[in-house]
Amino acid sequence: MDLKEKLVSSFLAFEDSVDLDHPVHEVRSEAIKNFEAKGFPSKKEEAWKYTSLNSLQKIDFSIFPKEETNLEYKDVKKYFLHEIDTYKIVFVDGVYSSYLSETTHDGVDVCLMSSAFSKPMFRQVIEVYFNKAASQDESLTSLNTAFSKEGAYIYIPKNKMPKKPIQILHLATGNEAALMLQPRNLIVAEDNAEVQIIERHQSLTDNEVFTNSVTEIFAGKDAIVDYYKVQNDAATASLVDNTYISQKDSSVVRVHTFSFGGKLIRNNLNFFQNGERIDSTLKGVTILGDKQHVDHHTLVHHRQPNCESHQDYKGIFGDRSTGVFNGKIIVDKIAQKTDAFQQNNNILLSDKATINSKPQLEIFADDVKCSHGCTIGQLDDEALFYLRSRGIPKKEATALLMYAFANNVLESVRIPELKARVNKIIANKLGVRVGFDL
Amino acid sequence: MLEIKNLHASVEDKEILKGIDLKVNAGEVHAIMGPNGSGKSTLAEVIAGQEEFEVGEGTILLDGEDLEELSPEERAHKGVFLSFQYPVEIPGVSVTNFMKTAINESRKAQGLEEMPANEMLKKIREKSELLEIDRKFLSRSLNEGFSGGEKKRNEIFQMAMLEPKLAILDETDSGLDIDALRIVANGVNKLRSKDNAIIVITHYQRLLDYIVPDFVHVLYNGKIVKSGTKELALELEEKGYDWLKQEAAV
Repeated sequence: MDLKEKLVSSFLAFEDSVDLDHPVHEVRSEAIKNFEAKGFPSKKEEAWKYTSLNSLQKIDFSIFPKEETNLEYKDVKKYFLHEIDTYKIVFVDGVYSSYLSETTHDGVDVCLMSSAFSKPMFRQVIEVYFNKAASQDESLTSLNTAFSKEGAYIYIPKNKMPKKPIQILHLATGNEAALMLQPRNLIVAEDNAEVQIIERHQSLTDNEVFTNSVTEIFAGKDAIVDYYKVQNDAATASLVDNTYISQKDSSVVRVHTFSFGGKLIRNNLNFFQNGERIDSTLKGVTILGDKQHVDHHTLVHHRQPNCESHQDYKGIFGDRSTGVFNGKIIVDKIAQKTDAFQQNNNILLSDKATINSKPQLEIFADDVKCSHGCTIGQLDDEALFYLRSRGIPKKEATALLMYAFANNVLESVRIPELKARVNKIIANKLGVRVGFDL
Repeated sequence: MLEIKNLHASVEDKEILKGIDLKVNAGEVHAIMGPNGSGKSTLAEVIAGQEEFEVGEGTILLDGEDLEELSPEERAHKGVFLSFQYPVEIPGVSVTNFMKTAINESRKAQGLEEMPANEMLKKIREKSELLEIDRKFLSRSLNEGFSGGEKKRNEIFQMAMLEPKLAILDETDSGLDIDALRIVANGVNKLRSKDNAIIVITHYQRLLDYIVPDFVHVLYNGKIVKSGTKELALELEEKGYDWLKQEAAV
């Protein structure tokens, strides 16, 4: 049985585990129909031309998480940003781990989707926001919607800010030979609210893991949301991340995506500007080796006047790794005075590495500023000579230059400890041993 | 200390240096002057080991050792330093960390332990004071957003930190206002000793008022066409290069 059939036929069994009378269930039922009709995207579709899910569909994934597996904090501590105090929403093989988590209802709600679905007090928020930003059409998003049951639920009321950043961590223990996970996150920052979130998926063994995640983020007027995705997973872990962001007037949403590891990563990052004077920032650092594959598909839809968007993606590709950057910007006719900036720079370290970079601009307004640029190249020889002339050997100098190339994307990271951590990962990844602590 | 014999160098089959002979002894300061495109920067980069240039005939000896087969970093470890005409910006690496890396790589190559942190800090403090560099400046990314003058001052700061045997200053005076020029020249003069040598490459006499050379050479069309003492620089300032070009053409 292929994975699509398995998923569709499992839906009945899934229904036994959820409240069928909840209005959300109607949404799920519609979604499974859409997935059944469309199936997994194939390379024939333009948007999936360079990323194939074929081999994943041949793996016999377990679809339903078993009960909670106990993990000791000390064994997984390194996957947390443990240098600072944070709220934590932790899932082990898709099941919430109360032991590793630290949630709150103190002025803000940092808890679980399963609670939000089941408790009446969250009903209104669910009705207003759930599945309102996510695509009703895209098949993998529908698949996630159909099986939506668990994930992070973060609700920040008007004028509030949680006391500390929030970490969402998905751990896979390898208890199953192959495990499919479908976390569903809902993040709402009401008017003038502010929140910082770090998300990470981590497989602890070499067993196959396939995560199809959907995150919806709503930013009210003047709200500020910082979302950091740390993708440094095992070589047998694959991730399709579907993130949908809806912004109101004068809100600021920044998403940073750090892609350093994993077998196959597809990031579908979609911004919808539903107000004026909005600022949307999309930044990414991708450093790959072996046969890793990362595909960034971004969409910024400028629907109202006087808004900005900033995209800056840097990639370093070694060995036989492959990268894709597809940046789509739509500027509606009424979205005058839009300022949309897009930049994608890549360094290829090997003849066998590949990058496909494609800007896609659809501009219907006539008074806008849209710029895009893409470079694919090698390191600057003059800079290399400069470092070597100071006594830094070629290998170290090369690493240092790549580090410098990737590093400037980190400037906008607002959690210093996270910045330091990512810096360290980048340095390790590039083999920079520069005799100082990054 | 440095002995260059009949040096030829070319890039993409175009010969730029056409037989240079130059001898620099320890304790000496040599100035190399000449019009644009005469090969001054090429000579500096070839000595420092820029691999872009094809060295044909000739040899470069440092304390009797042929540098030809040595990489830029190996030359640096042996005490060669080039102050760049256009220093490169390296975002994300602070001046301090860059210097620590450079110094410790050289020490490693010489079989020495890393320099202890307190000694390093002391040295950084001392040398930054010498160049009148603000402490805040040292935590900024290397050359990123630096003004032309700041970049040049930073080059000489690096020279002070690395204490080279042979320093080549490639148009260190360009982009400097008179105050910065004085500070930089003062820094260089304090680094002069009987054990090291300095080659100053410049278009103008101005810098040589502050860093007084023992010898002045004029490079034209890939060759040294005239050598003399510091008076030659004054003569060039007054008469320009045309008379030398004519002399060379004869």
